[in-house]
Amino acid sequence: MRIRVDWRVSCRLVGTILKWLWVPLLFPLGIALYDGTALLPFVLPILGTALLGLGLEQLTDERDLRAREAFLMVSLTWLSIALVGAVPFLLAGEGTLAEPVNALFESMSGITTTGATVIVNFELHSRAILMWRAVLQWLGGLGILVLATAVLSQLSVGGAQLMETETQTQDVNKLTPRISETAALLWKLYIGLTGLQVAVLYGLHLVGYAPEMTLYNAIAHAFTTIATSGFSPRGDSIAAFSPAVQWVIIPFMAIGATSFVLLYFVFQGNFDRLRNSDEFRFYVAILGFFSLGVGGMLFANGGPYTSLEEIARHAIFQVVSIVTTTGYASTDFNLWSAGPKHLLFVCMFIGGMAGSTTCSIKTLRWLVVVKAFRRDLFTAASPSAIRPVRLSGSVIDEETIRDIYAYTLVSLVFFILATIFVVLDASRVQLTVSEFEAMSAAAATFFNIGPAFGIAGPLESYEPFPRSTKLVMTFLMWVGRIEIIPVLVLLTPSYWQS
Amino acid sequence: MRVIVVGAGEVGSNIAVSLAESHDVIVIDVDPEKVDELTYSNDILAIEGDGTSLETLENAGIAEADMLIASTDDDETNLVTCGTAKTVGGVFTIARTRNTNFFKTWTKSEDAFGVDFMVSTNLLTANDIVRVVGLPAAIDVDPFAGGLVQMAEFEVTAESEIAGQTVEEADKFEALTFAALVQDGDVVIARGQTRIEAGNRVIVIGSPESVQSFSRTVASPESSDEARDIVVVGGSDIGYHTAKLLEERGIEPRLIEQDADRGRELAEDLPGTIVLEHDATDTDFLVGEQIDRADAVIAATDSDEKNLLVSLLAQNIGVQRTVAVVEEGQYAGLFEAIGIDVAINPREATAEEIIRFTQKGQVENLSLIEDRQAEVLEIEVDEESVLTGRPIRESVTELPSDVVIGAVTRDQEFIVPRGETVIEPGDHVVLFVATDVLSPVMDLV
Repeated sequence: MRIRVDWRVSCRLVGTILKWLWVPLLFPLGIALYDGTALLPFVLPILGTALLGLGLEQLTDERDLRAREAFLMVSLTWLSIALVGAVPFLLAGEGTLAEPVNALFESMSGITTTGATVIVNFELHSRAILMWRAVLQWLGGLGILVLATAVLSQLSVGGAQLMETETQTQDVNKLTPRISETAALLWKLYIGLTGLQVAVLYGLHLVGYAPEMTLYNAIAHAFTTIATSGFSPRGDSIAAFSPAVQWVIIPFMAIGATSFVLLYFVFQGNFDRLRNSDEFRFYVAILGFFSLGVGGMLFANGGPYTSLEEIARHAIFQVVSIVTTTGYASTDFNLWSAGPKHLLFVCMFIGGMAGSTTCSIKTLRWLVVVKAFRRDLFTAASPSAIRPVRLSGSVIDEETIRDIYAYTLVSLVFFILATIFVVLDASRVQLTVSEFEAMSAAAATFFNIGPAFGIAGPLESYEPFPRSTKLVMTFLMWVGRIEIIPVLVLLTPSYWQS
Repeated sequence: MRVIVVGAGEVGSNIAVSLAESHDVIVIDVDPEKVDELTYSNDILAIEGDGTSLETLENAGIAEADMLIASTDDDETNLVTCGTAKTVGGVFTIARTRNTNFFKTWTKSEDAFGVDFMVSTNLLTANDIVRVVGLPAAIDVDPFAGGLVQMAEFEVTAESEIAGQTVEEADKFEALTFAALVQDGDVVIARGQTRIEAGNRVIVIGSPESVQSFSRTVASPESSDEARDIVVVGGSDIGYHTAKLLEERGIEPRLIEQDADRGRELAEDLPGTIVLEHDATDTDFLVGEQIDRADAVIAATDSDEKNLLVSLLAQNIGVQRTVAVVEEGQYAGLFEAIGIDVAINPREATAEEIIRFTQKGQVENLSLIEDRQAEVLEIEVDEESVLTGRPIRESVTELPSDVVIGAVTRDQEFIVPRGETVIEPGDHVVLFVATDVLSPVMDLV
C-alpha cells in the first residue's frame, strides 16, 4: 500500500488562513479611503482571498494534520500569502511594483520579513500601498503561523506539530498547556509591543523631537521594527528621521529579536529567566562586540561622522539592525570603508534569538555550535569523557545538536550556491556585480535581512537585478523564512511516495 | 523506652544490640535463623514475622512502644512498616532508605510516609566520604556543635611528621585537643608523655581550621595540602551523591562509569563533573587519564570486590589516598588491613546515625570510636553538671580518668578548653569517653 501525502488537508488548512486575510487588508483600504486613492487594489483581494479560502476549504472534510501535511502546509501558507499579497501591488500599477516579478518579490520580501525592496522611487506609491507592505511584514513577523495555530487549534488539529515545524526548535517552550493559549499570549505581547512603539515614536513627534514621525510613519515603522523586517515608507529608511527616532528604534529592534518566551517572563516580573539564559547573554554579547568593533573602526577611519554620538549611534544602529535581520539603515553604510562593512556582512549570518521574529541562523544555533565544538575539542583530548552540551543549565540532546550542525551547514551551502547564481546571472545580462555585492545580496535575501551592499545597498533597490535573479531571490526568501527544512522535505521524492 | 526494630540484618542487629543496654528492644524479622541468633546471643525479644503486617506489629506490642526503627534492606518495606505502625498510635518511627527520592520527598514534608526520622543511607555515606576526603590522612571525621567542632581520626604513617613524637611534642595547635590513640585496636587516652608510633591512629577534637592544619602535619610530606583532584569510580547512587557533594564544594571531580547509558545520565545530572566512560580496572586507561596524579580515588561501584580491586590498582599506580565503599561490614577491617586508606560501610554508617539519633535527648550528638570502645559526645551542660561553674582543672578530679574534654562552645563560639576555663550553664561540651565509664560520666555531667 502506498500512503501518500494528503495534500488536500494541507490546502484546506491554507484556505482557512487565506479566508481571514481580508481582515489585515482592511487597514490599507481604510488609508486609501481617507486619502482618496484607488480602492480597487484592496477591495478585489479582500473578495478574492475570502473566496479562495472558502473554496480551498471545500476540498476535503478531513482536518487531521500529520507531520507530512504540516510540512506542505507551512510551505504553501507562506507561498500563497506572498502570491495574494502581490495582488494589490499589481492592481495599483504604480512604479516598479506594476511588474509581476517585482510585485511577487516585494510581497515575498514583506511576508518573510526580509525587507529587500524593488521600489526605486517611493514618491510614486500611494500611502495605502506602502502601508500594505508594512502590514505584510507585521503579519509575517511573529509568523502568520502562530496566528494560524491559534485558529487551527480551535479546529482541534495538530497545533503543536505546526508550531514545531514553524520554529524548527524541538523544545518549543509552551507557556500554557494549550497551544492556542500560548499563541494568543504571544500575539498579545506582539501587539502590546507594537502599540508601545507607536506611542513612543508618535510621542517624540508630539514633543518635537521627531518632526518627520507622523502617526502614519509611527505606525508603519512600529509594524516593521518589532517584526524585525525593515520596510520603511521612506526611500532613505530611518536615515530620514531624527537621531532621537534612531535611538528609540534600536531597543525595539533588539526586543523584537529577543525570545518572546523570555519577554513573556520579563513582563511577568521574572527577570531570572532572562539573567539565566545563556542564549540571551550570548546575544547581548554579540551585539556589544560587533557594535564596539564597527564603532571602533569608524572612529579610527575618521569617516563622514563628526561626533562620537554619531559614530556610536550609527555603529550600534547598523549592528543591531543587521544582527536582528531588521535591515533598517540609519545611514548609507555603503559608503563605509571595507573594515566596518565586512563586520556588518558577518553580522548577516548571526540573527537574533530563537523564538523571536528574527531570521538568519539565530544565536541559539551558533551558541550550540560553539558549545558542541568546544565539547568536541575536550573529548578529542579525553576520548572517554562524556560531556553533554548544556544551554542555560539544561542538556541539549545529541540529535538536536546534529540537526543544528546540519541546518547551519545547509544554510551556508544555500548561501554559497545563491552567491554563485547571482554572479552568473548578473554577468549573463552584463550587470556589474562584484563578488562581495553578490554575496551580500544572497545573504540579505536568504537570511531575510533586506539591504545588502553596493548595487542592493541600504538606500538602493533590488530592481536592477534580472528577473531570473529576482525569482531565485524570492525563492531564497521563502525557504530562508521557513528555515529550509520544510521546503527541502517537499523536494525529496520519498516525501511524496513511500 | 520500648523500641521495636524491624529487620535483623547488619543495621538492625547493630542498632538492637546497642540499644539493648538501656532499653527494652524487640526485633522483628522474617528470617527465623536471624531471630534465633539474636534471641540466644542477646537479651532481646526477637519475633519472626513481617513488619508490614499489623498483626505482627501488634504482637510485638506496637501500642506500648515508644519507637519503631524500620531497618530492612528494602526501602518500600521500611516505609510501609512505618505507615502501618502509625495506624496504631503515637509511636516514633525511623526508616532507613536508599532511594534518595524518598528522602527528598520526606524532607519536603516531614510526616510523609508516616516516617518521623529518615536516614538516607546513600546520602549519609556520600557525606561521610566527602568529609573524610576533605582532610588529608583522615579516616573518620564527624562534626559537632553545628560544625564549630570537629572530631577526626588520623592514621599515622612512618613518613608522618608526628611519628615518634610524644603527644606534648605533637600538640602545637591552639584550638586542638588530643583525645586518644588507637594502638593495635585498643583505645588509649592521650597523655602528655604518650608516644605516637607509626601505625597508630590519633583521635583529635578541635576547631575545623586547627583539625585541617593538623591533618597536614599528619599526612606524609608529598601529599597535597588540599584534595582538589578527586576521582570517583562507579556511578552508583553513592558515587553520584559523592560527586554532587564535591561539586557543591567547588571541586570538579572526575567520575568513571563503565555503562554508557548510566554515564550519559550522570553527565547530564552532574554539570560540574567530568564523566569518563570506561572500565576503571584498565590500568592503561587510568594512567592515560592521569588518574595516578589524583589526590584521592573513591571506589564506589556496586561491588565490594571491584572496589577493592580499583583501590589497589589506584594505589599501585601511585594515588595518594584511596577510599572504598564496602557493603559487607565484615570486610571493612580487611580492606583497611590490606592498605586501603578508608573503608566506609554504608550499613555501619546508617546504624551509627540511627543510634546517634536515638541517643538524642541525653546527648546532642555522638560518634562511635573503634567498635564502640569509646564515644565522642556533645552535651549541653546545666546547673547540676559537675562541670558547671568551676575551672576544668577542678572538675576533672571528679571524673573518671578515661574522659577527655575536647572542646567547648559558648553562644556559637569555639572556646579552647584549658585548665582554668570555667564552664557555664548552656555551654556545649564535646567529651571523649571510654565506653566502660560512660554511665557514671553521664550521671555526673
